Amino acid sequence: MYALNYVRPKSVKEAADFLATHPEAKLISGGMTLIPTLKQRLAKPTHLVDIAHLAELGKIEVKAGKLIIGAGARHHVVATSAVVKKAIPALAALAHEIGDPQVRNQGTLGGSVANNDPAADYPAAVLGLGATVVTNKRSIAAEDYFQGLFTTALEEGEIVLRVEFPLPKRAAYSKFHHPASGYAMAGVFLAQTAEGVRVAVTGAGPGVFRWKEAETALGKSLKPAALEGVKLDSSNFNDDMHADRAYRANLVRVMAKRALAKLSGKK
Amino acid sequence: MAKVTITVNGVKHTKQVEDRTLLANFLRDELGLTGTHIGCDTSQCGCCTVHVNGRAVKSCTMVAAQADGTQVTTIEGMAKKGKLHPIQQAFSECHGLQCGFCTPGMIMATAGLLKDNPNPTEDEIYKGLEGNLCRCTGYINIVKAVKASAKALRRK
Repeated sequence: MYALNYVRPKSVKEAADFLATHPEAKLISGGMTLIPTLKQRLAKPTHLVDIAHLAELGKIEVKAGKLIIGAGARHHVVATSAVVKKAIPALAALAHEIGDPQVRNQGTLGGSVANNDPAADYPAAVLGLGATVVTNKRSIAAEDYFQGLFTTALEEGEIVLRVEFPLPKRAAYSKFHHPASGYAMAGVFLAQTAEGVRVAVTGAGPGVFRWKEAETALGKSLKPAALEGVKLDSSNFNDDMHADRAYRANLVRVMAKRALAKLSGKK
Repeated sequence: MAKVTITVNGVKHTKQVEDRTLLANFLRDELGLTGTHIGCDTSQCGCCTVHVNGRAVKSCTMVAAQADGTQVTTIEGMAKKGKLHPIQQAFSECHGLQCGFCTPGMIMATAGLLKDNPNPTEDEIYKGLEGNLCRCTGYINIVKAVKASAKALRRK
């Protein structure tokens, strides 16, 4: 990687001030995507601003009907947290499916959400549960936050502090792992909420999206058969050496059915 | 340059290194602990697995400065007083290695797995070692070695 400077601010405020005066600096949390990116010389930040150590980003709690997880919470911590397991077990299960154990010990919720890899797992839960991304400047609804391929509503120097997940009645996540990378070839997060059923899809398209037709169908009947023949626009789906468009479209439907089976307690 | 203080296998080390120095290179080049291997250098193979504050991580995918102030355990810290760690012993007895290049990482990953799950099923072993590759494809005996390690550690 190119030469750079490492700094470790003592607070979010200090990190924000540093970013404001150093436009080419980059935040690092777990670094599970950033370090490999730097090693490939695909980015050349002047500074790495490490916020992984900030205690103010590490909290996990349930408050006012919401599960609140700090941006610095590592995947392993989310996967094994008694609070998360009780509040939204599907979210703990999702965190346990990310990457591999070493990645889960380092990677963080905030990093995943800020990076918005089109095949990452967390975006499916954030959108599927209708969560809110809270930054040092504002609160952003999931619908507005995710804007396609590695793109989010975050502005320069804006720092994700936490994600607030409204508690669903039930939720489930099902993912087809890429056999080498562990990323989702297709992942479907399904949530039954007070407002209805939400279906968020990751891995298949250029970014996480809601499968609205499936939500309508499942709103009428929460049975796998309800998904048969439901329209799924796959025109912008990824089409690569790992899976073509039609295969990914089929995977989405299969993952949705599997998530549905999990939701009903069937394996 | 970054001043980095890391306690490695119980011994505190302070070094001035370039900020971009990877933890794997810090261990190998600065401390001479070459048991930590760099296999792929792209976070795929897990040969460089060490424990940072008790959790298994890939040391090629963090800069040493990120580990400033932590406790690190490498493969060199596993054997005590000339006696192999039970996991090392099990890998030896089960022939859980062929060329041996991935072995330090496999052992550190196994230690991490068994800490979280002292009695894993075969599926859980495969999933627990997902971050490690054996290019000789010697997985059958590696899994045997993990099972034997679990048994040995439970007896302790």
